[in-house]
Amino acid sequence: MCAKKVTKAAPGQVSTTGHEWDGIEELNNPLPRWWVWVFYATIVWAIGYTIAYPAWPLIKGATPGLLGSSTRADVQAEIDSFDAKNADIKAKLVAAPLDAITTTPELMAYAEPAGAAVFRTNCAQCHGAGAAGVVGKGYPNLLDNDWLWGGTIDDIHTTITHGIRNTTDPDARYSEMPKFGVDGLLEPAQIEAVVEHVLAISGQDHDAALATEGATVFAENCVACHGEAGQGDRTQGAPTLTDAIWLYGGDRAAIKTTVTYARFGVMPPWTGRLTEDEIRSVAAYVHSRGGGE
Amino acid sequence: MWDYVKLVVLGVVALFGAIAANYAHDLAYQVNALVVMLAAGVTFLWTIRTMGEPRTVNANEYMDGVVRAGVIATSFWGVVGFLVGVVIAFQLAFPALNLGNVTEGVLNFGRLRPLHTSAVIFAFGGNALIMSAFYIVQRTCATRLWGGNLAWFVFWGWQVMIVLAATSYVLGGTQGKEYAETVWYIDWWIAIVWVAFLFVFMGTLIKRKEPHIYVANWFLLSMILTVAMLHIGNNLQIPVSIWGSLSVPLFSGVQDAMVQWWYGHNAVGFFLTAGFLGMMYYFVPKQAERPVYSYKLSIIHFWALIFLYIWAGPHHLHYTALPDWAATLGMVFSVMLWMPSWGGMINGLMTLSGAWDKLRTDPIIRMMVVSIGFYGMSTFEGPMMSIKAVNSLSHYTDWTIGHVHSGALGWNGMITFGALYFLTPRLWNRDGLYSLRLVSWHFWLATIGIVLYASAMWVTGIMEGLMWREVDANGFLVNAFADTVAAKYPMYVVRGLGGVMFLAGSLIMVYNLWMTVRAQPEKAGAGAAVPAE
Repeated sequence: MCAKKVTKAAPGQVSTTGHEWDGIEELNNPLPRWWVWVFYATIVWAIGYTIAYPAWPLIKGATPGLLGSSTRADVQAEIDSFDAKNADIKAKLVAAPLDAITTTPELMAYAEPAGAAVFRTNCAQCHGAGAAGVVGKGYPNLLDNDWLWGGTIDDIHTTITHGIRNTTDPDARYSEMPKFGVDGLLEPAQIEAVVEHVLAISGQDHDAALATEGATVFAENCVACHGEAGQGDRTQGAPTLTDAIWLYGGDRAAIKTTVTYARFGVMPPWTGRLTEDEIRSVAAYVHSRGGGE
Repeated sequence: MWDYVKLVVLGVVALFGAIAANYAHDLAYQVNALVVMLAAGVTFLWTIRTMGEPRTVNANEYMDGVVRAGVIATSFWGVVGFLVGVVIAFQLAFPALNLGNVTEGVLNFGRLRPLHTSAVIFAFGGNALIMSAFYIVQRTCATRLWGGNLAWFVFWGWQVMIVLAATSYVLGGTQGKEYAETVWYIDWWIAIVWVAFLFVFMGTLIKRKEPHIYVANWFLLSMILTVAMLHIGNNLQIPVSIWGSLSVPLFSGVQDAMVQWWYGHNAVGFFLTAGFLGMMYYFVPKQAERPVYSYKLSIIHFWALIFLYIWAGPHHLHYTALPDWAATLGMVFSVMLWMPSWGGMINGLMTLSGAWDKLRTDPIIRMMVVSIGFYGMSTFEGPMMSIKAVNSLSHYTDWTIGHVHSGALGWNGMITFGALYFLTPRLWNRDGLYSLRLVSWHFWLATIGIVLYASAMWVTGIMEGLMWREVDANGFLVNAFADTVAAKYPMYVVRGLGGVMFLAGSLIMVYNLWMTVRAQPEKAGAGAAVPAE
């Protein structure tokens, strides 16, 4: 080896193994005692742990462990303890008339936090963590007084139970706005006009001449659902067009898109996913957010 | 004759690439087929142009060209990987940066994240390992690499793999397995290149001129062997069509999850731990000019580490469909792994005993020491997080991300930077680095960046873990998932800034290495040839 030895154990120090690679030598230091003992301790602990807990796979299953531990049983026990604790109040909640829930403090004391938890887990994805919806994206705000399908606790309960415009629940709330543009029900000029009319009745800047023309189009095509004055119709989920609240945006371009392509917002039915007490809780929770009727 | 065989093979591959691009079922496959066609075509032309030229290979010289290429590739992919990391860190803080409306999903977090992890682990880390293995095995065996140009095949094969994987990810090609996202044909290519790597390494070990095999080589060999086994095991699958990216895995359900995390954990254990310990065992004693602290410790901790690591995977699946007994075993093996991991830390740090003063004067040593420090910290944190009670809080939270990054940025990153600073002047025969001051800047930027990153993730991880499990008196969850996302926002910005600092440090390194090659004088008294005895 002609590589220069860069490492030399000084006299009186630990010797090296006598090998050398590219100038690297190795000292003959013993294993650090603390290292050995901690290593042993972890091994002893590991053996003890595998005796106490489910561990070694055998032919027909694994050793169950002396403590009889099971993570699934632990979770089930925790869920059961809360279920047992809440059983009475849940029964009362399901038995009570819907409109009595929000006026009974005992029921609301349970339904409000329960409904909030259900809401955060299942509803917040669309309606937002605070139930304010997503402006302009078709996810309605649940905090205000503007309801598409009604804001009594009965209405809300029905909406949650069956959903809106889904194909899985035959009792889902259902209505469909025609695609006036793409299906050729209105000429482009008529759409321009009716958009101006909607801008006019909602108190926005508009072209007055076109809007007058649009009033005729509106009367012929839109009043069946949205009403003579554009006040909407809750039995069909037809929104009010006279206020400043817009599910998909209220500017000229957004309204034109709505008239041309129509909108088709969907909400799933929650029966099956949620139990009746959970649906009632979340209905009460939504009702008590400020817009309940 | 050999050249003609090569031309035929390359021609067939290029032609096949063109046919595959024509029949492709999906865009990712199509683009990959074009990449293959181009790569084979360029190599074909290059082979024709160099045919018949006399080739003089001095078999008594070390084969350093491929290591030099490795230095360049490691630095390049490092910067790319860190940059993508910074981008996705800020995407999490500011979702508008996903640019969904502009790029139609191509630059979404979901596609850039595997690009980032693969770029740093396999492109940056993989090139660092291949480069170091080729350098170390020649020096410590005192012989040239075995297999002639096979080492170059490994190098270029690996780069082709990286380009294929990156283009596949952004166009939606994935098999949905973490750290194993590459689709089936890339998996096959990885297996071929990796086995070639094994042959080069083993061949060199077998023809060594030293009587004993140095400890760094044990670690590197265990890395190469085990990663081959893990990779092939985790990618047992049947392609849906040879003209598309999709494949069906052989395992399903919890078995598939178990195989995935057997792979995933040991990718960390053998790729990022054992392989990089191999680097540590060579570069630290060389840079410190001190003997390795304890031969005995290196033997014991090596065998304990590789025996225990392979069983620890189930701790990634605590509280899932995985049976309790498997989780228990994963957990106890992880805890037993603590001391074997620390054996490497002790050997690394104690190698510096008698040379601690160098910490003041040599920023490269400082980098290596901090690297070993982060190694020790994350190999303590890992066993701790594998304990079920801790895991029930930490799992799925950012704590895991922080843990991974203190290991990846701190340990893998810093030891690689140290190796690059060590290798560049030697490989290009330069009289030392261009600037030690810039190394100091790199050191501090990277260290502070990592600390910001890791502490931000500890805070958000523990916070979101506590928020997720918080229930009220009736057993109802108190927080929505979106609440935890909103609460993490400030720490996400801090994490992004930490990433920016780490990236800035790596850019300084690239400049420093560049200037070392460009502007430093040649080392006096040394010829270009390096003898391999």
